[in-house]
Amino acid sequence: MSAQTINIRLKVWRQNGAHDAGRLESYELNDVSTDSSFLEMLDQLNENLMEQGKEPVAFDHDCREGICGTCGAVVNGFAHGPESGTTLCQTHMRSFKNGETIVIEPFRARSFPVIKDLVVDRGSFDSITQAGGYVSVRTGSAPDANAIPIPKDDADRAFEAAACIGCGACVAACPNASAMLYVSAKVSHLALLPQGQVEAPQRALAMVQRMDELGFGNCSNVRECEAVCPKEISVDNIARLNREFLKAAVR
Amino acid sequence: MLESRVPAGPLAEKWDRHRFEMKLVNPANKRKYSVLVVGSGLAGGAAAATLAELGYKVKCFCIQDSPRRAHSIAAQGGINAAKNYQNDGDSIWRLFYDTVKGGDYRAREANVHRLAQISNHIIDQCVAQGVPFAREYGGLLANRSFGGAQVSRTFYARGQTGQQLLLGAYSALSHMIQAGKVEMFPRTEMLDLLVIDGKARGIVSRSLLDGSIDVHIADAVVLCTGGYGNVFYLSTNAMASNVTASWRAHRRGAFFANPCYTQIHPTCIPVHGEQQSKLTLMSESLRNDGRVWVPKQKGDQRRPADIPDAERDYYLERRYPSFGNLVPRDVASRAAKAVCDEGYGVGSTGMAVYLDFSDAIRREGEDSIRQKYGNLFHMYQKITNENPYHTPMKIYPAVHYTMGGLWVDYNLMSSIPGLFVLGEANFSDHGANRLGASALMQGLADGYFVIPYTIGGYFGSTPLKPVQIDQSECKAVKQEASERIDKLLAVKGKRTVDSFHKELGHIMWNNCGMARNRQGLEDALQRIPQIREEFWTNVTVTGSAGELNQTLEKAGRVADFLEFAELMVNDALHREESCGGHFREEYQTEEGEARRDDENFCYVAAWEYNGVGRPATLHKEPLEFENVKLTQRSYK
Repeated sequence: MSAQTINIRLKVWRQNGAHDAGRLESYELNDVSTDSSFLEMLDQLNENLMEQGKEPVAFDHDCREGICGTCGAVVNGFAHGPESGTTLCQTHMRSFKNGETIVIEPFRARSFPVIKDLVVDRGSFDSITQAGGYVSVRTGSAPDANAIPIPKDDADRAFEAAACIGCGACVAACPNASAMLYVSAKVSHLALLPQGQVEAPQRALAMVQRMDELGFGNCSNVRECEAVCPKEISVDNIARLNREFLKAAVR
Repeated sequence: MLESRVPAGPLAEKWDRHRFEMKLVNPANKRKYSVLVVGSGLAGGAAAATLAELGYKVKCFCIQDSPRRAHSIAAQGGINAAKNYQNDGDSIWRLFYDTVKGGDYRAREANVHRLAQISNHIIDQCVAQGVPFAREYGGLLANRSFGGAQVSRTFYARGQTGQQLLLGAYSALSHMIQAGKVEMFPRTEMLDLLVIDGKARGIVSRSLLDGSIDVHIADAVVLCTGGYGNVFYLSTNAMASNVTASWRAHRRGAFFANPCYTQIHPTCIPVHGEQQSKLTLMSESLRNDGRVWVPKQKGDQRRPADIPDAERDYYLERRYPSFGNLVPRDVASRAAKAVCDEGYGVGSTGMAVYLDFSDAIRREGEDSIRQKYGNLFHMYQKITNENPYHTPMKIYPAVHYTMGGLWVDYNLMSSIPGLFVLGEANFSDHGANRLGASALMQGLADGYFVIPYTIGGYFGSTPLKPVQIDQSECKAVKQEASERIDKLLAVKGKRTVDSFHKELGHIMWNNCGMARNRQGLEDALQRIPQIREEFWTNVTVTGSAGELNQTLEKAGRVADFLEFAELMVNDALHREESCGGHFREEYQTEEGEARRDDENFCYVAAWEYNGVGRPATLHKEPLEFENVKLTQRSYK
């Protein structure tokens, strides 16, 4: 893993608040280590900008380990950049070539308004979860953890759905800006477990209804969401959501 | 002055008896009390949800854009509980004993025992929420042994236990937000604590979106704001993790306990270079199957596969035959530092050791290893571009967790009445060293099962006068917070915030890191005030106060680290012994192990603030061990 340095050109979306029209601005950045992460490259750009007294590029990030779901941008047309199954913070500059031009834009969707530059408001995801993404169990009222055995296969599939980090790449990549992959991951996670089955019908109905109210589009099976998902959440979950929704609707 | 309020009676009965003796608030009256929960990680999310379920009026604040993103999410390995599902001899007493011993006898016995008692309820609660823990083929929960434990008591969800537990707490919190019982303030930072008539009665907050500064009044404040590991600049903490809320509370009178107790985690990905912004942990569960080694010959440039077994030094197995690669974190970290300092380190910087899975892969097959650690191996490969199935990982210790924190009594209340501190932000349960899979346990114990009782005890026994948002004390604190923001923007100097943070971090890592000595600590005490002074005359903060301004956020946090660092170094200097994560080179055994001084230092050091740059006043809470015999920790 011998580190090299590369020089790159950046075209970065700059937008000063939700009401600004926004524009792409160009920057040259030299001596970027190929061992640096994509966000460390942005740090380097921002240090340069600040040393020149210019405003740095605002971008969301926190854990930089690919788990908190805070970071994300559309890089050269792909949500979270060129590597599959990878968040932007875990994308490394060795994926880019010397002299390459890299275009960086925010996740775009009607339900994710731009706050500033690459920072968007994904509060709509929280709102969907609040509509029903939980098991109503008061603290202290739980039975012994081993009281209900759960087939390993179900537990594993529930886990795979629960691995969603809520980053919003699925919405940004979808031509309809649909949140179906996000909603289906939560609905599947809980529907696959006995603890979640009691409220499964209400959950599916309430979360889908909230998703619609918040202006997310419909699923038309383009499967871009699955392709960009850094946690490789499967579109099988969408099929399960549709079944859960139908079951609940005809009850 | 320091009243730990540990209840009387036999250890195993203390918590039950205390719960009985505490005053209750009747159900109809609970809605009259308001609580501010700052932070939404395992401790904060659990506390906010549970207090709301009980009927209290709750406001919850987090700096992230969603409460689901608090840094608890990054915890990988697991959560301990004394379920004894494996029938391997575990018990509440053993979990208690291991935790006290693992903490090198610097934790409060009664708190640790309560933690062990509660641990079992946590697992029940999480499973009921739908946390998808690993299971066996029979459908029952799986366990593994973890970081220094000789029983398998760790519950886990692959390598993302923290995320799954946090999503459980977040779901409970979301439920309560939907029910209108919690008002949530994402992207909001606490800038100061309101102390009125000697009691915590609210906070001053800043919206990170538009910079608006607001006063929130309440009957109690619960800080769940995590640790201060980012004082080192490079750590495994999230980028925004900070000491500000704790430090601001400290400045208002909350004592800071044992700040020098920091945990350096042995299995992290080594630093790649100057542009490194943070470090990545590889769960120590890897040490269950990985073997740690360095070449026996200094500067051996051969590929690891070409170095025969006889020419490898499996130094943990050699030095600690009974625990081997599973020695506690502090011991494993120091051993790695020692071999690298002696010149046996590997990799381009020489600051790394191998963590080798080839034996495990030969024994169990690659698939079995992938089942257990797939996501960790994947992450390692992403970062380093090396395939750990074929070549050993390179690892090196990194700052990971801070055992010190605001001082709290048995009720988790700080030295300011009405200010409670939970999770990593307090000091109480891990002593001088935290065992693996204990942080998640403590955060959730505090949030789900301790604060809901003890806050009632406080309300039930404390008369609280109404506070008005426009009374002079509130206005004054708000004004002060606002002026500090203006001051940061007014410096208009030449150096970036990060450059100061890196400079501070460098000093802290070199002089107050894995090994410390008087000279280095005194040197740090000379340099920190100089950096602080330069910061306030030469920092550049772009943008303005009334907008999303990430540079300004960072500047405020670094300014607080620059004050806090001095306290931490002073604490390390005053503690003339080695214990747990605090290793003073002057105090070691002939074999290079930590040498405690129970005669003179068996106490909690709780520091009272006296002003920036002025020496803090030391208050000692003696640690009394009635149930555990203090011994030299031995893992040999």
